[in-house]
Amino acid sequence: MVQVALWGALSAAAGGKKALDIEAKDIRELFRKLEERYPGLKPHIERGIAVSIDGVIYRDTWSKELPDKAEIYLLPRIAGG
Amino acid sequence: MAFDASFTGQKFKSVGTRPIRPDGIDKVTGRARFGADFNMPGQLVGRILRSPHAHARIKKIDTSKAEKLKGVKAVVTAADLPDLTNGDAAMFDILDNCMARKRAFYDGHAVAAVAAIDARTAKQALKLIKVDYGVLPHVTDVDEAVKPKAPVLHKSVFTEGVDPKPKKPSNVARRSQYGHGDVDAGFTAADAIIERTFRTEQTHQGYIEPHACVASVNSDGTGELWVCTQGHFAYRQTCAQLLGMDVSKLRVTSSEIGGGFGGKTHVWAEPVALALSRKAGRPVKLVMTRNEVFRASGPASATSIDVKIGAKKDGTVTAAEATLRYSCGPYAGMWAELGAMTSFACYDLKNVKSVGYEVLVNRPKTAAYRAPSAPMAAFAVESVMDELAHKIGMDPVKFRIKNAAREGSKSSYGPVYGPIGIGPTLEAAQKHPHMKAPLGKNQGRGMACGFWFNFGGQTCTDLNIGIDGTVTLAVGTVDVGGSRASLTLVAAEELGIPYEQVKVVVADTATLGHNDMTDGSRGTFSSSMATIFAARNAIKVMRERAARMWDIPVEDVTWEDGHAKAKGQKRGNLAPLSIKEIAAAAPNTGGPIAGHNEIVADGAGVSFATHICDVEVDPETGATKVLRYTVVQDAGKAVHPTYVEGQYQGGAAQGIGWALNEEYIYGKDGRLQNAGFLDYRIPVCSDLPMIDTMILEIPNPNHPYGVRGVGETSIVPPLAAIANAVSSAVGVRMTHIPMSPPRILAALDAAKA
Repeated sequence: MVQVALWGALSAAAGGKKALDIEAKDIRELFRKLEERYPGLKPHIERGIAVSIDGVIYRDTWSKELPDKAEIYLLPRIAGG
Repeated sequence: MAFDASFTGQKFKSVGTRPIRPDGIDKVTGRARFGADFNMPGQLVGRILRSPHAHARIKKIDTSKAEKLKGVKAVVTAADLPDLTNGDAAMFDILDNCMARKRAFYDGHAVAAVAAIDARTAKQALKLIKVDYGVLPHVTDVDEAVKPKAPVLHKSVFTEGVDPKPKKPSNVARRSQYGHGDVDAGFTAADAIIERTFRTEQTHQGYIEPHACVASVNSDGTGELWVCTQGHFAYRQTCAQLLGMDVSKLRVTSSEIGGGFGGKTHVWAEPVALALSRKAGRPVKLVMTRNEVFRASGPASATSIDVKIGAKKDGTVTAAEATLRYSCGPYAGMWAELGAMTSFACYDLKNVKSVGYEVLVNRPKTAAYRAPSAPMAAFAVESVMDELAHKIGMDPVKFRIKNAAREGSKSSYGPVYGPIGIGPTLEAAQKHPHMKAPLGKNQGRGMACGFWFNFGGQTCTDLNIGIDGTVTLAVGTVDVGGSRASLTLVAAEELGIPYEQVKVVVADTATLGHNDMTDGSRGTFSSSMATIFAARNAIKVMRERAARMWDIPVEDVTWEDGHAKAKGQKRGNLAPLSIKEIAAAAPNTGGPIAGHNEIVADGAGVSFATHICDVEVDPETGATKVLRYTVVQDAGKAVHPTYVEGQYQGGAAQGIGWALNEEYIYGKDGRLQNAGFLDYRIPVCSDLPMIDTMILEIPNPNHPYGVRGVGETSIVPPLAAIANAVSSAVGVRMTHIPMSPPRILAALDAAKA
């Protein structure tokens, strides 16, 4: 079980929840379960979401495992110069 | 083969040295081929007709006279670039920006284009195109655009991110919010509070090389594009989608690049050049003029930012709050959101809140500019931090050190930090001789901190062992700041061979798998990781080949100092095999030798910097001279320290221009008045002091060598550091960037009044 914190725009799409408890072993499963539970999140996930796991930001790696009790933050995919 | 990207602390032989750059001779002798240097037989000249209005309905475009002009081979309008975006709103915005459809949204917005046999004919043809405009009210100022009676650019835009959804459309496309704790309680607990509003004007990246490309589309649906870009794979994807081509049938080759800084991560004229070539049936070269670059490529946002910070007398910040309004041009972006995320990232704060508003205006589409949006937010926050330190009677550096984020701090944008370098950069700045140097009359010193995320992304490399044992490394990240040199060092390090034995090339899109753009300070971070793994794959093959040559098990072969060596006492008489010897035997041991790697290079380390600046302000003219400038920044690991120093110096130089001179100036008619380097003044050598640098190396735990990105963070602190220095020199808090002479004089006059 991991607790997932959502940034503002995602929070609105998840019924105002700022954090969710989800049983997911990796980023792919996390996204799948988020989509199932909160269909409003789907367009955000399709547009691209970065996942911060214990402070390290992953933008693309679905297979990245979510360690038990890890700090998980969902963030927008940032642009760079 | 999967490899572990964790930092190992290995000792280096090549990495960290300063060999000469592999592209240096070509660049200083003029042989290097930039975007406009490529030519094809039968090539036509492309030119774009642009809107003279800030906002206008396009009622009708009559191209018939232009089409009849002798020498004109194609004329295109939005009708030749039909909407194939299939509901992808972001892609439609790109299409609409490349060629206006129903409305022109800014002065310079493309409305038609021609391809002709020469530039003179193309120019004549543009004059023969008749566009019937219905001029509409416009708004170019970020603060004016959010007012209730401002002309609304898009009736379909209702502010996202607010609940309930607004009932009226507006120019505020999106609201975002970050932070934690209770800022109201934090301000109640404060002994001192500073609250101010700041403005920064729109700036351009100012890359010396304009956008340029040659497009060639064949009747069989295949095409080629030679282009100056930060990401040829991304350009291929976007252009293919907009033109309705198969990605695999469009081959894109990147040229050398005369600066990008984020401005060449977006397509501008390239889809138009492809559309012209498709219609004309001949190659088309399209090179933007400087006027077009200013009016119709992607500058950074203009901003308006409110900041409020409170602290106790002992220097503890109790609360920090910012409201950031960033201009986006006519299309929504995430520019204010990035400002909101980065604004307080340097500090360990219990109560923090930042809110961003994306504001639509009749200006060119905003694009990324080196650590996009962070410099303006840092200007506002670091100015208030400076003023607050003085208010509570504390040294500004000590004040920042007391509140600096550290490993385990909860960042203002959410996650908890791992090992980071803000504290060490501040401590190094505190001890630096620059901080103790005496100042003269009309002189002031300022310092400021800055943060940028950095990121990685999709990356692949091919490392090929030549038949003579030399090595070619093909990468897919465009070399914008010396990555060919750093990747050469990395390949040499892994293989254990001299720098001179490795040649790095940037491969075209047909010869390597997809690579994300060179942005987010990812070029060396990502491609070095892929290069390390590709080299290790090649070493594995070479150990197998050596085992065959010796007729021993591969487990008994190790790799050391560029040689295969046999293990154990009974193999002691076997002389080590060099790469040259292994390569010579390759035809008989299994054929060509190569190592490949395809990865998503995640885990980029966040980056921090602290800058110190001394200025002298002439109180009669308001002119500012930068006397001394020092950059302290964490690189993780500086692969090629000279290039890292160059990145630090380049960011500071651009920041000095941004802080003191550069700004887009619009007339009441909404037209840009200074679209050229004579009137939009970037710094030249004589404007700058020697920019001193100090590289700190706090390893990124998620890269084998500890590398973080270094390209962007250096532009984050300068606006604030210089503003703090100027404010100190003149005794008036400067709140409007650029601090041009008229603006400084006005601030002095206002203070006297």
